[in-house]
Amino acid sequence: MNEPHFRRDGAWVGASVPRREDPRLLAGRGRFVDDVALPGMLHAQFVRSTVAHGRIVAVDLDEVRAVPGVVAAFSAADLGLGDVTALLDRPPHEFVPTSMPVLARDKVRFVGEPVAIVVARDPYAAEDGVEAAVVEYEDLDPVVTDTAALADGAPLVHAEAPRNTLVDVSLFATEGIDEVFAEAPCVVRVRTKTGRQNALPLETRGVVASWDDRDEQLHVQTNTQIPHQVRTVLASCAGLAEKQVRVTVPDMGGGFGQKCVVGREEIAAAAAALRLRRPVKWIEDRRDALTAAFLAREQRYDVRAAFDADGHILGLDADVVCDMGAYSCYPFTAGIEPLMASAEMPSVYKVPAYRVRGRAITTNKAPTGPYRGVSRPQYVMVMERLMERAARELGIDPVEIRRRNVITVFPYTGVNRITYDPGSYRESLDLCEQVLRDEGWYDVRDSGRVIGIGYSCFSERTGYGSGAFAQRKMRVVPGFDISEIRMDVSGTVSATTGTMSHGQSHETTMAQIVADRLGLDIAQVKIVQGDTDRITYGWGSFASRSITIGGSAVAAASEKLGDQLREIAAHLLDADVDGCELDGAGGVRLRDDPARRLSFAELADVAYLRAHLLPKGVGPGLSATASFDVPGDGTFSNATHGVVVELDPGTGGVEILRYVCVEDCGVAIHPQIVEGQCRGGIAQGIAGALFEQVTYDDAGQPLAPSLMEYKVPTAAEIPDIVIHHLETPCAFTANGAKGAGEGGTIGAPAAVLNAVNDALRGTGVELDDTPISREAVHRALEGTHG
Amino acid sequence: MAEIQLVELTVNGERRDLAIEPRRTLVDVLRHDLGLTGTHVGCEHGICGACTVLVDGAPVRACLVFAAQVEDADIRTVESLSAPDGSLSDLQQEFSAHHGLQCGFCTPGFLMLAEGFLAERPDATKEEIREVVASNLCRCTGYQTIVEAVDTCAARRREGTCA
Ligand code: FES
Ligand code: FES
Repeated sequence: MNEPHFRRDGAWVGASVPRREDPRLLAGRGRFVDDVALPGMLHAQFVRSTVAHGRIVAVDLDEVRAVPGVVAAFSAADLGLGDVTALLDRPPHEFVPTSMPVLARDKVRFVGEPVAIVVARDPYAAEDGVEAAVVEYEDLDPVVTDTAALADGAPLVHAEAPRNTLVDVSLFATEGIDEVFAEAPCVVRVRTKTGRQNALPLETRGVVASWDDRDEQLHVQTNTQIPHQVRTVLASCAGLAEKQVRVTVPDMGGGFGQKCVVGREEIAAAAAALRLRRPVKWIEDRRDALTAAFLAREQRYDVRAAFDADGHILGLDADVVCDMGAYSCYPFTAGIEPLMASAEMPSVYKVPAYRVRGRAITTNKAPTGPYRGVSRPQYVMVMERLMERAARELGIDPVEIRRRNVITVFPYTGVNRITYDPGSYRESLDLCEQVLRDEGWYDVRDSGRVIGIGYSCFSERTGYGSGAFAQRKMRVVPGFDISEIRMDVSGTVSATTGTMSHGQSHETTMAQIVADRLGLDIAQVKIVQGDTDRITYGWGSFASRSITIGGSAVAAASEKLGDQLREIAAHLLDADVDGCELDGAGGVRLRDDPARRLSFAELADVAYLRAHLLPKGVGPGLSATASFDVPGDGTFSNATHGVVVELDPGTGGVEILRYVCVEDCGVAIHPQIVEGQCRGGIAQGIAGALFEQVTYDDAGQPLAPSLMEYKVPTAAEIPDIVIHHLETPCAFTANGAKGAGEGGTIGAPAAVLNAVNDALRGTGVELDDTPISREAVHRALEGTHG
Repeated sequence: MAEIQLVELTVNGERRDLAIEPRRTLVDVLRHDLGLTGTHVGCEHGICGACTVLVDGAPVRACLVFAAQVEDADIRTVESLSAPDGSLSDLQQEFSAHHGLQCGFCTPGFLMLAEGFLAERPDATKEEIREVVASNLCRCTGYQTIVEAVDTCAARRREGTCA
């Protein structure tokens, strides 16, 4: 285990330097997957299921193959690929393994499921080909909701999963918890349902696959957050050795979790390229992205909380049901949402007794996977509703009841057996309330308009090391990262990271870390990411792990390289290694005689071009590799969000008048980028609270197949956001940074929902579901303001 | 075989001759036939604005237009904004300074939208700018920094203190 250490670096970390990604992206010279064009390249489209649940009787592609421009068409039988299977190491009563075939074989399980792949000279012809496909289904009864899936005698989505249940865990069950509830002076309950959402990266998924005869390798260029894991699945499905597959990632137009699972389309396209020995490109269109890409967030909670008369929480008893749709995602499995919710629900509060049941239910809808925040937007919403409800019942101010319950002494080990590292739970709450008071919002609130103020407090684990995922009992355990750094002959460096930026600016922030550790200019540093041939191994980017874990590996490798440079310099300057230090200006100097120094270029010149001058036992070249894993239970960023809303009694519309976020992600490597992550995350959180929902009819047909129906908020709906930073440095990571990618999304739904309920005070109505419907608000207001 | 049509386009001041199917959209022609991949496709149904280009100075969604429809027009794409030596325009520089882009996928669309709008309405207020920014989708930034970038650019142009 790495020793915890904290170090705040010098010149670069903490400075909002210009993003190195910007010039190319602004000039239209970024290279995204659809910008890749190879000689002889073909274009793929998929024949997709039109029914939610059915047996495949026949797939006839003869007409397809006759369409002008179509080169080939393959069904599951034609390609003969292995399945994608994600596993948990849990007993059969807790986890039922299911497989996702690359193309549907015997059965289809949701509308949009790929049944065949059509490859043509251009995408227009491929679409013509898709239209000519004849697939015959024998309809089976679909199960479209979690309650229908759990009903007695419900049709089974997967024959191997009784009661359509893929995951069913009961955890913690503190002894005596029933007595706690029986004797508590106040018990409140929240039943809530949150809408199914699409992470909706603006760039849809896509892949260009080609066989390279020189490397004897399948080269797959794809916009994935997890290149190494895609390689593993591709190799195993196609029966190749891993060395025969190279996955590279071009510029990526967002991901938000949707691109951190292995998709079946990228495997099918790669298999077609392998068959045809010609490059094959597949670019998902928006309709497919809205109906067949991995979704998230459809959860139902039934939670009771016991409080004492002073508003201290005594116990929490939770039942969580997650509707995971038709398939378990790789590598996380259908357990991703219920296991996250079950383990971390107590959030920032001291909860002495806890019991939870978490289930993943399969239905005939598009499958789900991770989406920015994973379950935390939902359980934080539940916890924050419980606080508000208890406050109301006990006559305590809603901010005050939180103050009484938040963890203030660290490290704190919770009833969920997680140890939380120091954070500013109480301070962020105090500051957030203070800001809204100072700005006069409480006076506005009491001025007679239909205005409400709402808060949410939360922490989020961001350093998910192997330990945290091992607790979840994943069969493959993410967590560590490896970085290799190399100095070239001229003294500039390139460092690899196993993480994968999809908008978070790793080329800038990782370079800041290297520049500080080696004491050179950021312009001398190149960051290499997204290439399985060039990067030893990595777990990609998700769970806000890039800076915490990837950045720490990069820092550790940089330090090792620094030690090598000092060793060579000591020899050449005829001094002690301990007497040599990096001088912060691209060189090594003598501590006692700073005038005597050697630049990195001079040292590199020796290491490569005059290796005979190296000290005995030191080999030529300059490179170092280091890995990093977060010790213990990881690291927790935290924040409080405060929001002021005004309701329109006429339409039920919700307008956000003010949004304040007080966040603490430890040391911010690049404060402007942290703020960008917060704002973008909050926009997605507001979207979940007020706008976005993937809906289906009773037959399982998607009702929001275009952006006309799936309402993504624009600049007209997203307010300006005020951000205040607190800084509780992390003891476990290099630079003291914690993750910053997801907090905005986690905090926003709860704060908005609480603000709406505050505005509804006096109506006798409390809303607990999201997205908050205008009709529900309107109905609630009718009696009082109508 | 689908019928083929001869189409002559003027893109970023250059005359280009194409032999294409009439159903070919402007955005596909720009991206795949002319190699101007800066213009992006986010939806192909006219909602996201990632494909926004200028047609005779006005912002247009290139996914909703057939190339054959804009034969006599002056078409400008994001590639026209920076100087031949790669140096960025004032608007592009403000986007960078304000962190108005993260993944950068929506960015060409917003740049062309703003470029067209500011040419028409150099005196636009911040509220008007926000309204126009609301025509396109960005999934990363939360929009505030895009609005600020465009507003600052407009103010600087008015003051004559362009970067
Ligand atoms: S791609 Fe044209 S508007 Fe979305
Ligand atoms: S910067 Fe990613 S969509 Fe706008």
